[in-house]
Amino acid sequence: MSDNLVLEAKSVSKFFGTITALQNVDLHLNKGEVLGVVGDNGAGKSTLMKVLSGLYKPSEGSLFFDKEKVTLNSPRDSQNLGLEMVYQDLALAGNLPIGDNIFLGREPTRKVGPFNFLDHKKRKQLTEEHLAKLKINVKSADQKVEELSGGQRQAVAIARATAFNAKIVLMDEPTAALAVKEVGKVLDLILNLKKLGVSVIVISHRMDDIFTVCDRVMALFQGTNFAESELKNTSRDEVIGWIMGKKD
Amino acid sequence: MDHGEKRLMDKSQESLFVRLIPFFERYGILLLILIMIAVLHLLQPDVFLSWRNVTNIFKQVSWQSMLALGVFMVIVTAGIDLSVGSIIMLSLMGLAIASKAGMPWYVVMLVAPAIGFLCGMFNGIGITLLRMPHPFIMTLGTLYIFRGIGNLISGGVPITGFAEQIRVIGNGKIKLDVIFGEGAREYIPTSLILMIVIFFIFWIFLNHTRIGKWIYAIGGNPGAARAAGINVDRILIVVYTLCGFLAGIGGLILAGRTNSAYPNAGLQSELDAIAAVIIGGASFFGGRGTVLGVFAGVMIMGILRNGLNLMNVSVFWQQVLIGSIIILAVYIDVLRRQIATRT
Repeated sequence: MSDNLVLEAKSVSKFFGTITALQNVDLHLNKGEVLGVVGDNGAGKSTLMKVLSGLYKPSEGSLFFDKEKVTLNSPRDSQNLGLEMVYQDLALAGNLPIGDNIFLGREPTRKVGPFNFLDHKKRKQLTEEHLAKLKINVKSADQKVEELSGGQRQAVAIARATAFNAKIVLMDEPTAALAVKEVGKVLDLILNLKKLGVSVIVISHRMDDIFTVCDRVMALFQGTNFAESELKNTSRDEVIGWIMGKKD
Repeated sequence: MDHGEKRLMDKSQESLFVRLIPFFERYGILLLILIMIAVLHLLQPDVFLSWRNVTNIFKQVSWQSMLALGVFMVIVTAGIDLSVGSIIMLSLMGLAIASKAGMPWYVVMLVAPAIGFLCGMFNGIGITLLRMPHPFIMTLGTLYIFRGIGNLISGGVPITGFAEQIRVIGNGKIKLDVIFGEGAREYIPTSLILMIVIFFIFWIFLNHTRIGKWIYAIGGNPGAARAAGINVDRILIVVYTLCGFLAGIGGLILAGRTNSAYPNAGLQSELDAIAAVIIGGASFFGGRGTVLGVFAGVMIMGILRNGLNLMNVSVFWQQVLIGSIIILAVYIDVLRRQIATRT
């Protein structure tokens, strides 16, 4: 396998009581690669993402970050290893400005005597730099998130996930709630991350998304690996067939 | 690109009225206070702006402002604290009993804030660890519990007479002989200084510390706060504890001002506190509001009560007016939001 491997899951299974959500699933991800994960509802996509981010512990199997075996006890652990998750419900506070959201929980501070105070100037500067790096256009870093469009909010959520030099970003249906004209901007953003050397896993139902941004696509069916292919060696119809459990 | 151009066009088309909205949002309430002062000065030119009356207003609002400031932080987290009126009474009674037991004044002085602190922490722990469905229920319960305990420990009778050091806090005067000459009657109430210092400290806390930022984030979207790794329960306990602590300081100021602890102390003052916070522009749904707004809300309530008293308006009419102002203040906010979302 390639030397660029940043994340690998080997025969991961996850049981909830008598229900088998994942059965011996393998996944690997290379540096700067965009992997699409497809599958019908209940195929185990979200469970797999939650295992990778440390929200669920796998019942069996193991995870490797940079080829080293790791045990994740919480999303904090995976964050420390450079993996960030962009949540489907965005997880932003609408009443706070963009910069505050991006740095929420990790605010830059400066020490004055024994006290730590927020460093507003530094936060603003870091926000502007980061937004510029990702080519995200907003009126100002001080704009409140509730004043933004759905696509801009998604962009802020992605900016938040990548603000601390994430190496791997997981996105669960990043375009699901967006107006058609905003989908393209979010897809551009994903391609931008790729250019910056970030590896991305995208869960999506939309073939347009998969075929615009992904290098490789893998399909889960009823909690198992069903099919996988480089994007250039497959077609929309074939991938749609995989989702429905059909293979030639 | 085309987006940027479109936005530029929108900006030039915005009417003057719309562009004034942010200005009113920030300073409208101070404008309202200035108007009230001007009107009352015209109606009562000899009395209203006299040194005696103005200091009287500040002395009156100083203890109430402590409740409002605490309740404000709770409301920012989208919570509510109905028990602050009872906390002020219980901490006042605790202080009185400590004083009667002959404890030194510096211990007596600490008793009220300490009791408030513990009461607030009890609220916070109940809301988070006991998983009460809403802070309303927990603090409604403690509204009865704290006042009940206050009456139990005091036997339901007033206790009067505190040490001079306690009285200074609520009733002390900082003479201004330096400015107005020897023996002048002008002075600054100690409680006003205390109020300004505490409001300033909490302004710093809410606007310039991480916990302050997290309090707003929790009010905006508790799920986002959790996803950001913030321990929401711990922050809520801090907020309710500080709210109780401020009510305890309110109890200390009230003790100094009235020189007595009485069973009806702080009765319904939790509602005045909520009213001041709402008039001051905080959102009842959390995440919105400023410390300066709370100060303004408290002043509006204080000036209104004082002005109506000066003009001999009956207490009953005062109730009707204050209620109307609450509804009007919130309705103006609703209108403002409608206009803001339309652009």
